[in-house]
Amino acid sequence: MSSGQWIEACEVDDIEVEDVIRFDHEDRTFAIYRTEKGDFFASDGYCTHEKFHLSNGLVMGNVIECPKHNGRFDIATGQAKRAPVCVDLKTYPVKIEADKVYIQI
Amino acid sequence: MKDYGMVIVGAGEAGARAAVELRTQGWTGAITMIGNERWHPYERPPLSKHQLYEAGEPAPTTILGSDRLNEHNIGLLTSDAAVRINRQAHNVELVSGIQVPYERLLLATGANPRKLSVQGNAAEEMLYLRTFADAIRIREQLQPGKRVAVIGGGFIGLEVAASAVTKGCEVTLVEVAPRILMRGVPEQIAVMVEERHRAAGVKFKIGVMIESVDKEVSGEYVISLADGTTVNCDVIITGIGAIPEMTLAVTSELEVDNGVKVSELLVTSDPDIFAAGDCCSFPHPLYGGKRIRLEAWRNAQDQGTHVAGNMLGAAVPYSALPWFWSDQYDQTLQVAGLSETTDTTVERDLGEAGKLFFHVATDGRLVSVSGMGPSGGIAKEFRLAEMLIEKQVRPELAALSDPSRRLKELLRA
Repeated sequence: MSSGQWIEACEVDDIEVEDVIRFDHEDRTFAIYRTEKGDFFASDGYCTHEKFHLSNGLVMGNVIECPKHNGRFDIATGQAKRAPVCVDLKTYPVKIEADKVYIQI
Repeated sequence: MKDYGMVIVGAGEAGARAAVELRTQGWTGAITMIGNERWHPYERPPLSKHQLYEAGEPAPTTILGSDRLNEHNIGLLTSDAAVRINRQAHNVELVSGIQVPYERLLLATGANPRKLSVQGNAAEEMLYLRTFADAIRIREQLQPGKRVAVIGGGFIGLEVAASAVTKGCEVTLVEVAPRILMRGVPEQIAVMVEERHRAAGVKFKIGVMIESVDKEVSGEYVISLADGTTVNCDVIITGIGAIPEMTLAVTSELEVDNGVKVSELLVTSDPDIFAAGDCCSFPHPLYGGKRIRLEAWRNAQDQGTHVAGNMLGAAVPYSALPWFWSDQYDQTLQVAGLSETTDTTVERDLGEAGKLFFHVATDGRLVSVSGMGPSGGIAKEFRLAEMLIEKQVRPELAALSDPSRRLKELLRA
Protein backbone atom coordinates (compact mmCIF):
# COMPACT_ATOMS: atom_id res chain seq x y z
CA MET A 1 0.00 0.00 0.00
CA SER A 2 2.68 2.50 1.03
CA SER A 3 5.37 2.94 -1.54
CA GLY A 4 7.60 4.27 1.20
CA GLN A 5 8.46 7.29 -0.87
CA TRP A 6 9.59 10.40 1.07
CA ILE A 7 8.02 13.64 -0.13
CA GLU A 8 9.01 17.16 0.89
CA ALA A 9 5.87 18.71 2.35
CA CYS A 10 6.87 22.13 3.68
CA GLU A 11 9.37 24.12 5.70
CA VAL A 12 9.36 23.71 9.46
CA ASP A 13 8.39 27.36 9.90
CA ASP A 14 5.41 27.08 7.54
CA ILE A 15 3.47 25.60 10.46
CA GLU A 16 2.87 27.59 13.60
CA VAL A 17 3.40 25.94 16.93
CA GLU A 18 0.35 23.83 17.90
CA ASP A 19 -1.20 24.13 14.47
CA VAL A 20 -1.83 22.27 11.23
CA ILE A 21 -1.53 23.03 7.53
CA ARG A 22 -2.82 21.40 4.38
CA PHE A 23 -0.43 19.74 1.94
CA ASP A 24 -1.62 18.52 -1.45
CA HIS A 25 0.41 16.04 -3.43
CA GLU A 26 -0.75 14.80 -6.82
CA ASP A 27 -4.41 13.95 -6.27
CA ARG A 28 -4.11 13.47 -2.52
CA THR A 29 -4.44 15.83 0.41
CA PHE A 30 -2.66 15.58 3.74
CA ALA A 31 -2.57 17.41 7.05
CA ILE A 32 0.82 18.22 8.58
CA TYR A 33 0.89 19.02 12.30
CA ARG A 34 3.33 20.75 14.62
CA THR A 35 2.69 20.26 18.32
CA GLU A 36 3.51 22.55 21.19
CA LYS A 37 6.39 20.25 22.14
CA GLY A 38 7.84 20.67 18.66
CA ASP A 39 6.90 17.26 17.25
CA PHE A 40 5.70 16.93 13.68
CA PHE A 41 3.04 14.49 12.47
CA ALA A 42 1.19 13.82 9.24
CA SER A 43 -2.17 12.28 8.39
CA ASP A 44 -4.74 12.08 5.63
CA GLY A 45 -6.13 15.56 5.02
CA TYR A 46 -9.81 14.77 5.15
CA CYS A 47 -11.83 13.82 8.21
CA THR A 48 -13.02 10.21 8.09
CA HIS A 49 -16.62 11.27 8.80
CA GLU A 50 -17.32 13.72 5.98
CA LYS A 51 -14.94 15.16 3.46
CA PHE A 52 -13.75 18.27 5.29
CA HIS A 53 -10.17 19.49 5.49
CA LEU A 54 -8.73 18.87 8.93
CA SER A 55 -6.26 21.68 8.22
CA ASN A 56 -9.06 24.13 9.04
CA GLY A 57 -9.45 22.50 12.43
CA LEU A 58 -8.00 23.38 15.80
CA VAL A 59 -5.00 21.61 17.32
CA MET A 60 -5.06 21.43 21.12
CA GLY A 61 -2.24 19.38 22.60
CA ASN A 62 -2.02 16.16 20.60
CA VAL A 63 -5.60 16.32 19.34
CA ILE A 64 -6.96 17.67 16.07
CA GLU A 65 -10.64 18.59 16.03
CA CYS A 66 -12.51 18.54 12.72
CA PRO A 67 -13.82 22.04 11.93
CA LYS A 68 -17.18 20.78 10.75
CA HIS A 69 -18.66 18.45 13.32
CA ASN A 70 -16.03 18.52 16.08
CA GLY A 71 -14.97 14.92 15.69
CA ARG A 72 -11.50 14.43 17.20
CA PHE A 73 -8.41 12.40 16.42
CA ASP A 74 -5.14 11.74 18.17
CA ILE A 75 -2.56 13.40 15.92
CA ALA A 76 0.18 10.90 16.64
CA THR A 77 -1.81 7.68 16.21
CA GLY A 78 -4.80 8.76 14.13
CA GLN A 79 -7.11 7.18 16.68
CA ALA A 80 -10.72 8.44 16.56
CA LYS A 81 -11.39 10.14 19.92
CA ARG A 82 -14.86 11.64 19.74
CA ALA A 83 -18.13 11.15 17.83
CA PRO A 84 -19.21 11.58 15.12
CA VAL A 85 -15.93 10.10 13.93
CA CYS A 86 -15.58 6.37 14.45
CA VAL A 87 -13.02 5.47 11.78
CA ASP A 88 -9.36 6.11 12.63
CA LEU A 89 -7.33 8.54 10.57
CA LYS A 90 -4.44 7.19 8.52
CA THR A 91 -1.10 8.62 9.66
CA TYR A 92 2.27 8.82 7.87
CA PRO A 93 5.88 8.83 9.07
CA VAL A 94 7.52 12.26 9.23
CA LYS A 95 11.18 13.31 9.26
CA ILE A 96 12.83 16.72 9.50
CA GLU A 97 15.97 17.41 7.49
CA ALA A 98 17.56 20.84 7.11
CA ASP A 99 14.41 22.59 8.37
CA LYS A 100 12.24 20.79 5.83
CA VAL A 101 9.37 18.46 6.71
CA TYR A 102 9.22 15.18 4.77
CA ILE A 103 6.41 12.64 4.89
CA GLN A 104 6.55 9.04 3.77
CA ILE A 105 3.57 8.05 1.65
CA MET B 1 -38.68 -9.62 26.89
CA LYS B 2 -38.22 -10.06 30.62
CA ASP B 3 -34.94 -8.22 30.84
CA TYR B 4 -35.28 -4.80 32.49
CA GLY B 5 -32.90 -2.94 30.26
CA MET B 6 -32.20 0.57 29.07
CA VAL B 7 -34.99 1.74 26.78
CA ILE B 8 -34.73 4.71 24.46
CA VAL B 9 -37.83 6.20 22.85
CA GLY B 10 -36.66 7.95 19.69
CA ALA B 11 -34.03 6.74 17.24
CA GLY B 12 -32.61 10.08 16.14
CA GLU B 13 -29.31 11.74 16.95
CA ALA B 14 -29.76 11.91 20.74
CA GLY B 15 -31.17 8.39 21.05
CA ALA B 16 -28.45 6.82 18.93
CA ARG B 17 -25.62 8.56 20.79
CA ALA B 18 -27.09 7.51 24.13
CA ALA B 19 -27.39 3.88 23.03
CA VAL B 20 -23.74 3.63 22.02
CA GLU B 21 -22.54 5.52 25.07
CA LEU B 22 -24.48 3.27 27.46
CA ARG B 23 -22.59 0.32 26.02
CA THR B 24 -19.26 2.16 25.93
CA GLN B 25 -19.66 3.02 29.63
CA GLY B 26 -20.13 -0.62 30.49
CA TRP B 27 -23.86 -1.34 30.65
CA THR B 28 -24.15 -5.06 29.91
CA GLY B 29 -27.94 -5.49 29.99
CA ALA B 30 -30.39 -4.98 27.17
CA ILE B 31 -30.51 -1.70 25.23
CA THR B 32 -33.63 -1.13 23.12
CA MET B 33 -34.28 1.82 20.83
CA ILE B 34 -37.75 2.54 19.48
CA GLY B 35 -37.97 4.57 16.28
CA ASN B 36 -41.16 5.61 14.51
CA GLU B 37 -39.49 5.83 11.10
CA ARG B 38 -38.49 2.88 8.94
CA TRP B 39 -34.80 3.78 8.90
CA HIS B 40 -31.83 3.12 11.08
CA PRO B 41 -30.85 6.27 13.01
CA TYR B 42 -29.68 8.88 10.50
CA GLU B 43 -28.29 12.41 10.45
CA ARG B 44 -30.86 15.15 9.90
CA PRO B 45 -28.59 18.10 8.94
CA PRO B 46 -28.11 16.92 5.29
CA LEU B 47 -31.91 16.82 4.76
CA SER B 48 -32.14 20.55 4.04
CA LYS B 49 -28.82 20.71 2.22
CA HIS B 50 -27.18 18.35 -0.28
CA GLN B 51 -29.87 15.68 -0.01
CA LEU B 52 -32.27 18.19 -1.58
CA TYR B 53 -30.12 19.09 -4.58
CA GLU B 54 -27.41 16.54 -5.25
CA ALA B 55 -27.82 14.28 -8.28
CA GLY B 56 -28.24 10.56 -7.78
CA GLU B 57 -30.49 8.50 -5.58
CA PRO B 58 -30.50 10.05 -2.09
CA ALA B 59 -30.09 7.80 0.93
CA PRO B 60 -30.13 8.71 4.61
CA THR B 61 -26.71 9.26 6.21
CA THR B 62 -26.81 6.43 8.71
CA ILE B 63 -25.48 6.99 12.24
CA LEU B 64 -25.94 3.43 13.44
CA GLY B 65 -26.12 0.73 10.79
CA SER B 66 -26.78 -2.98 11.33
CA ASP B 67 -23.12 -3.77 11.83
CA ARG B 68 -22.65 -1.24 14.64
CA LEU B 69 -25.97 -2.20 16.25
CA ASN B 70 -24.78 -5.81 16.25
CA GLU B 71 -21.32 -4.91 17.46
CA HIS B 72 -22.81 -3.08 20.46
CA ASN B 73 -25.73 -5.51 20.85
CA ILE B 74 -28.31 -2.73 20.61
CA GLY B 75 -31.89 -3.64 19.75
CA LEU B 76 -33.73 -1.35 17.32
CA LEU B 77 -37.48 -1.46 16.75
CA THR B 78 -38.36 0.59 13.65
CA SER B 79 -41.74 1.81 12.37
CA ASP B 80 -43.14 1.48 15.86
CA ALA B 81 -43.97 4.05 18.50
CA ALA B 82 -44.42 4.21 22.24
CA VAL B 83 -47.99 5.03 23.23
CA ARG B 84 -47.85 4.74 27.00
CA ILE B 85 -45.38 4.62 29.85
CA ASN B 86 -46.49 2.47 32.76
CA ARG B 87 -44.37 4.08 35.41
CA GLN B 88 -45.46 1.75 38.22
CA ALA B 89 -44.82 -1.42 36.21
CA HIS B 90 -41.72 0.07 34.57
CA ASN B 91 -42.62 -0.69 30.99
CA VAL B 92 -43.39 1.07 27.74
CA GLU B 93 -46.31 0.01 25.53
CA LEU B 94 -45.88 0.24 21.80
CA VAL B 95 -48.37 0.69 18.94
CA SER B 96 -47.53 -2.86 17.85
CA GLY B 97 -48.69 -4.15 21.26
CA ILE B 98 -45.22 -5.03 22.50
CA GLN B 99 -44.44 -4.10 26.11
CA VAL B 100 -40.81 -3.25 26.75
CA PRO B 101 -39.76 -3.33 30.41
CA TYR B 102 -37.23 -0.71 31.47
CA GLU B 103 -34.73 -0.21 34.24
CA ARG B 104 -34.16 3.37 33.06
CA LEU B 105 -36.00 5.12 30.24
CA LEU B 106 -34.78 7.87 27.93
CA LEU B 107 -37.15 10.14 26.03
CA ALA B 108 -35.39 11.33 22.90
CA THR B 109 -38.53 12.06 20.94
CA GLY B 110 -37.31 15.20 19.15
CA ALA B 111 -39.65 17.84 17.79
CA ASN B 112 -42.20 18.33 15.03
CA PRO B 113 -42.45 21.20 12.58
CA ARG B 114 -44.63 24.06 13.78
CA LYS B 115 -47.64 24.28 11.48
CA LEU B 116 -48.55 27.64 9.99
CA SER B 117 -52.08 28.60 10.91
CA VAL B 118 -53.46 30.55 7.97
CA GLN B 119 -56.67 31.14 5.98
CA GLY B 120 -57.23 29.63 2.54
CA ASN B 121 -57.97 26.37 0.80
CA ALA B 122 -54.33 25.30 0.44
CA ALA B 123 -53.20 25.68 4.04
CA GLU B 124 -52.94 21.90 4.35
CA GLU B 125 -50.86 21.52 1.20
CA MET B 126 -47.75 23.30 2.38
CA LEU B 127 -44.71 21.05 2.77
CA TYR B 128 -42.66 20.81 5.98
CA LEU B 129 -39.23 19.34 6.58
CA ARG B 130 -38.23 17.11 9.46
CA THR B 131 -37.71 13.56 8.24
CA PHE B 132 -35.97 11.85 5.35
CA ALA B 133 -39.41 11.13 3.85
CA ASP B 134 -40.19 14.87 3.99
CA ALA B 135 -36.88 15.61 2.24
CA ILE B 136 -37.70 13.16 -0.57
CA ARG B 137 -41.13 14.76 -1.02
CA ILE B 138 -39.60 18.25 -1.23
CA ARG B 139 -36.74 17.09 -3.44
CA GLU B 140 -39.22 15.77 -6.03
CA GLN B 141 -40.74 19.26 -6.23
CA LEU B 142 -37.47 21.11 -6.70
CA GLN B 143 -37.28 20.96 -10.50
CA PRO B 144 -35.48 23.62 -12.57
CA GLY B 145 -37.78 26.53 -13.43
CA LYS B 146 -40.34 25.75 -10.71
CA ARG B 147 -41.53 28.68 -8.65
CA VAL B 148 -40.88 27.89 -5.00
CA ALA B 149 -42.13 29.90 -2.04
CA VAL B 150 -40.38 29.37 1.27
CA ILE B 151 -42.20 30.63 4.35
CA GLY B 152 -39.85 31.33 7.25
CA GLY B 153 -36.40 32.95 7.29
CA GLY B 154 -34.77 30.79 9.93
CA PHE B 155 -32.05 28.20 9.34
CA ILE B 156 -34.32 25.59 7.75
CA GLY B 157 -36.12 28.03 5.47
CA LEU B 158 -32.87 29.63 4.31
CA GLU B 159 -31.15 26.31 3.72
CA VAL B 160 -34.12 25.05 1.71
CA ALA B 161 -34.12 28.31 -0.28
CA ALA B 162 -30.39 27.88 -1.02
CA SER B 163 -30.93 24.27 -2.11
CA ALA B 164 -33.92 25.21 -4.29
CA VAL B 165 -32.12 28.03 -6.07
CA THR B 166 -29.12 25.73 -6.56
CA LYS B 167 -31.49 23.35 -8.35
CA GLY B 168 -32.57 26.14 -10.68
CA CYS B 169 -35.88 27.03 -9.04
CA GLU B 170 -37.22 30.59 -8.80
CA VAL B 171 -37.35 31.19 -5.07
CA THR B 172 -39.24 33.75 -2.99
CA LEU B 173 -38.77 33.73 0.76
CA VAL B 174 -41.48 35.19 2.99
CA GLU B 175 -40.66 36.24 6.56
CA VAL B 176 -43.20 37.96 8.77
CA ALA B 177 -40.60 39.28 11.26
CA PRO B 178 -38.73 42.55 10.56
CA ARG B 179 -35.69 40.60 9.35
CA ILE B 180 -34.49 37.07 8.70
CA LEU B 181 -32.76 35.05 11.45
CA MET B 182 -34.40 36.99 14.28
CA ARG B 183 -33.85 34.16 16.71
CA GLY B 184 -30.32 34.18 18.08
CA VAL B 185 -28.40 35.58 15.10
CA PRO B 186 -27.11 39.18 15.19
CA GLU B 187 -28.32 41.59 12.57
CA GLN B 188 -24.83 42.02 11.05
CA ILE B 189 -24.79 38.35 10.07
CA ALA B 190 -28.43 38.35 8.95
CA VAL B 191 -27.52 41.13 6.52
CA MET B 192 -24.59 39.11 5.13
CA VAL B 193 -26.82 36.04 4.72
CA GLU B 194 -29.56 37.98 2.96
CA GLU B 195 -27.03 39.58 0.58
CA ARG B 196 -25.65 36.15 -0.31
CA HIS B 197 -29.16 34.85 -1.04
CA ARG B 198 -30.06 37.89 -3.15
CA ALA B 199 -26.85 37.40 -5.16
CA ALA B 200 -28.00 33.83 -5.84
CA GLY B 201 -31.36 35.13 -7.11
CA VAL B 202 -33.62 34.60 -4.10
CA LYS B 203 -36.34 37.25 -3.73
CA PHE B 204 -37.49 38.35 -0.27
CA LYS B 205 -40.77 39.53 1.23
CA ILE B 206 -39.84 40.61 4.73
CA GLY B 207 -41.84 42.07 7.60
CA VAL B 208 -45.20 41.34 6.03
CA MET B 209 -48.04 39.18 7.37
CA ILE B 210 -49.53 36.30 5.40
CA GLU B 211 -53.29 36.61 4.95
CA SER B 212 -54.13 33.46 3.04
CA VAL B 213 -52.79 30.57 0.99
CA ASP B 214 -55.02 29.41 -1.85
CA LYS B 215 -54.83 27.02 -4.77
CA GLU B 216 -56.22 28.20 -8.10
CA VAL B 217 -58.01 25.90 -10.54
CA SER B 218 -54.83 25.97 -12.64
CA GLY B 219 -52.97 24.31 -9.77
CA GLU B 220 -51.03 27.45 -8.98
CA TYR B 221 -50.69 28.52 -5.35
CA VAL B 222 -51.31 32.14 -4.39
CA ILE B 223 -49.96 33.50 -1.12
CA SER B 224 -51.75 36.78 -0.32
CA LEU B 225 -49.77 39.19 1.81
CA ALA B 226 -50.99 41.99 4.06
CA ASP B 227 -49.30 44.64 1.88
CA GLY B 228 -51.66 43.71 -0.97
CA THR B 229 -49.07 41.81 -3.01
CA THR B 230 -49.14 38.10 -3.81
CA VAL B 231 -46.57 35.38 -4.30
CA ASN B 232 -47.64 33.01 -7.07
CA CYS B 233 -45.86 29.67 -7.02
CA ASP B 234 -45.90 25.94 -7.74
CA VAL B 235 -44.83 24.72 -4.32
CA ILE B 236 -44.78 26.10 -0.77
CA ILE B 237 -42.29 24.92 1.83
CA THR B 238 -42.76 26.16 5.36
CA GLY B 239 -40.10 26.27 8.07
CA ILE B 240 -41.27 28.32 11.03
CA GLY B 241 -39.77 26.45 13.94
CA ALA B 242 -40.48 23.25 15.82
CA ILE B 243 -42.62 22.11 18.71
CA PRO B 244 -41.14 19.58 21.16
CA GLU B 245 -42.69 16.12 20.97
CA MET B 246 -43.79 15.53 24.54
CA THR B 247 -47.06 13.61 24.20
CA LEU B 248 -45.70 10.63 26.14
CA ALA B 249 -44.46 12.85 28.93
CA VAL B 250 -47.83 14.58 29.20
CA THR B 251 -49.90 11.38 29.18
CA SER B 252 -47.67 9.80 31.80
CA GLU B 253 -47.87 12.94 33.93
CA LEU B 254 -44.24 13.92 33.84
CA GLU B 255 -43.59 17.63 34.33
CA VAL B 256 -43.32 19.68 31.14
CA ASP B 257 -42.20 23.27 30.54
CA ASN B 258 -41.64 24.15 26.88
CA GLY B 259 -40.60 20.52 26.44
CA VAL B 260 -40.06 17.60 28.75
CA LYS B 261 -38.80 19.29 31.89
CA VAL B 262 -35.48 17.94 33.09
CA SER B 263 -32.99 18.96 35.76
CA GLU B 264 -29.35 19.83 35.03
CA LEU B 265 -28.76 16.06 35.25
CA LEU B 266 -31.26 15.58 32.38
CA VAL B 267 -33.61 13.62 34.65
CA THR B 268 -37.38 14.22 34.49
CA SER B 269 -39.73 14.46 37.46
CA ASP B 270 -39.52 10.63 37.58
CA PRO B 271 -36.01 9.58 38.73
CA ASP B 272 -35.95 6.61 36.35
CA ILE B 273 -36.93 8.61 33.27
CA PHE B 274 -34.51 10.92 31.45
CA ALA B 275 -34.82 13.14 28.39
CA ALA B 276 -32.34 14.52 25.86
CA GLY B 277 -32.22 16.48 22.62
CA ASP B 278 -34.84 18.70 20.97
CA CYS B 279 -37.69 17.41 23.17
CA CYS B 280 -36.39 18.62 26.54
CA SER B 281 -35.93 21.91 28.36
CA PHE B 282 -33.09 22.15 30.86
CA PRO B 283 -31.45 24.76 33.12
CA HIS B 284 -28.09 25.95 31.77
CA PRO B 285 -25.38 26.52 34.42
CA LEU B 286 -23.33 28.88 32.20
CA TYR B 287 -26.31 31.24 31.96
CA GLY B 288 -27.42 31.44 35.57
CA GLY B 289 -29.58 28.34 35.40
CA LYS B 290 -31.85 29.83 32.73
CA ARG B 291 -34.20 27.13 31.38
CA ILE B 292 -33.66 26.63 27.66
CA ARG B 293 -34.60 24.18 24.95
CA LEU B 294 -32.37 23.76 21.92
CA GLU B 295 -33.19 22.50 18.46
CA ALA B 296 -29.69 21.70 17.40
CA TRP B 297 -27.67 18.82 16.07
CA ARG B 298 -24.73 19.18 18.42
CA ASN B 299 -26.91 19.56 21.48
CA ALA B 300 -28.76 16.36 20.56
CA GLN B 301 -25.46 14.58 20.18
CA ASP B 302 -23.89 15.99 23.34
CA GLN B 303 -26.97 15.48 25.52
CA GLY B 304 -27.45 11.97 24.17
CA THR B 305 -23.88 11.10 25.04
CA HIS B 306 -24.04 12.88 28.40
CA VAL B 307 -27.34 11.43 29.58
CA ALA B 308 -26.04 7.88 29.22
CA GLY B 309 -23.61 8.44 32.08
CA ASN B 310 -26.34 9.82 34.31
CA MET B 311 -28.69 6.94 33.43
CA LEU B 312 -25.93 4.72 34.83
CA GLY B 313 -25.73 6.81 38.01
CA ALA B 314 -23.02 9.40 37.31
CA ALA B 315 -25.04 12.52 38.37
CA VAL B 316 -22.98 14.98 36.30
CA PRO B 317 -24.68 18.28 35.32
CA TYR B 318 -24.93 19.01 31.59
CA SER B 319 -23.20 22.29 30.74
CA ALA B 320 -22.12 22.12 27.08
CA LEU B 321 -22.18 25.42 25.25
CA PRO B 322 -25.21 25.85 22.94
CA TRP B 323 -23.96 25.76 19.35
CA PHE B 324 -25.74 26.07 16.01
CA TRP B 325 -24.52 26.00 12.49
CA SER B 326 -25.97 26.44 9.03
CA ASP B 327 -24.47 25.88 5.58
CA GLN B 328 -25.81 27.97 2.73
CA TYR B 329 -24.07 28.02 -0.65
CA ASP B 330 -20.32 28.24 0.00
CA GLN B 331 -20.84 29.94 3.36
CA THR B 332 -21.01 28.58 6.84
CA LEU B 333 -22.68 30.37 9.72
CA GLN B 334 -22.09 29.48 13.34
CA VAL B 335 -23.50 30.72 16.62
CA ALA B 336 -22.32 29.64 20.07
CA GLY B 337 -23.66 30.67 23.43
CA LEU B 338 -26.67 32.79 24.25
CA SER B 339 -26.77 36.55 23.91
CA GLU B 340 -29.04 39.27 25.22
CA THR B 341 -30.00 42.53 23.53
CA THR B 342 -28.02 44.41 26.19
CA ASP B 343 -24.73 42.78 25.12
CA THR B 344 -21.97 44.78 23.47
CA THR B 345 -21.04 43.42 20.03
CA VAL B 346 -17.41 43.49 18.88
CA GLU B 347 -16.49 42.68 15.28
CA ARG B 348 -13.38 40.74 14.33
CA ASP B 349 -12.75 40.99 10.60
CA LEU B 350 -10.74 38.04 9.26
CA GLY B 351 -10.75 39.35 5.70
CA GLU B 352 -11.48 36.68 3.13
CA ALA B 353 -11.85 34.08 5.86
CA GLY B 354 -15.01 35.79 7.17
CA LYS B 355 -16.13 37.71 10.22
CA LEU B 356 -16.72 36.94 13.87
CA PHE B 357 -18.95 38.91 16.20
CA PHE B 358 -18.31 38.66 19.92
CA HIS B 359 -21.13 39.41 22.33
CA VAL B 360 -20.02 40.67 25.71
CA ALA B 361 -22.43 40.97 28.65
CA THR B 362 -22.74 44.10 30.79
CA ASP B 363 -20.54 42.45 33.46
CA GLY B 364 -17.73 42.05 30.90
CA ARG B 365 -18.10 38.30 30.39
CA LEU B 366 -17.91 36.93 26.86
CA VAL B 367 -21.28 35.14 26.51
CA SER B 368 -21.73 34.43 22.82
CA VAL B 369 -19.98 34.44 19.47
CA SER B 370 -21.36 34.28 15.96
CA GLY B 371 -19.53 34.10 12.68
CA MET B 372 -19.88 33.70 8.98
CA GLY B 373 -17.45 32.95 6.19
CA PRO B 374 -16.47 30.51 3.48
CA SER B 375 -16.63 26.90 4.66
CA GLY B 376 -13.70 26.23 6.95
CA GLY B 377 -12.41 29.83 7.07
CA ILE B 378 -13.71 30.79 10.50
CA ALA B 379 -13.51 27.36 12.10
CA LYS B 380 -10.30 27.67 14.12
CA GLU B 381 -11.00 31.12 15.51
CA PHE B 382 -14.61 30.20 16.21
CA ARG B 383 -13.60 27.12 18.18
CA LEU B 384 -11.23 29.18 20.30
CA ALA B 385 -13.97 31.73 20.91
CA GLU B 386 -16.20 28.93 22.20
CA MET B 387 -13.49 27.92 24.64
CA LEU B 388 -13.19 31.53 25.82
CA ILE B 389 -16.93 31.55 26.56
CA GLU B 390 -16.72 28.24 28.40
CA LYS B 391 -13.89 29.63 30.52
CA GLN B 392 -16.09 32.65 31.33
CA VAL B 393 -13.31 35.08 30.50
CA ARG B 394 -13.67 38.86 30.59
CA PRO B 395 -11.52 39.74 27.59
CA GLU B 396 -10.14 43.12 26.60
CA LEU B 397 -12.46 44.27 23.79
CA ALA B 398 -9.54 45.65 21.75
CA ALA B 399 -7.96 42.18 21.67
CA LEU B 400 -11.16 40.66 20.30
CA SER B 401 -11.46 43.17 17.48
CA ASP B 402 -7.79 42.94 16.42
CA PRO B 403 -7.23 39.84 14.24
CA SER B 404 -3.48 40.04 14.81
CA ARG B 405 -4.05 39.31 18.51
CA ARG B 406 -4.21 35.53 18.87
CA LEU B 407 -7.26 34.09 20.61
CA LYS B 408 -5.15 31.19 21.84
CA GLU B 409 -3.16 33.67 23.92
CA LEU B 410 -6.34 35.08 25.49
CA LEU B 411 -7.30 31.55 26.42
CA ARG B 412 -4.00 31.10 28.24
CA ALA B 413 -4.10 34.47 29.96
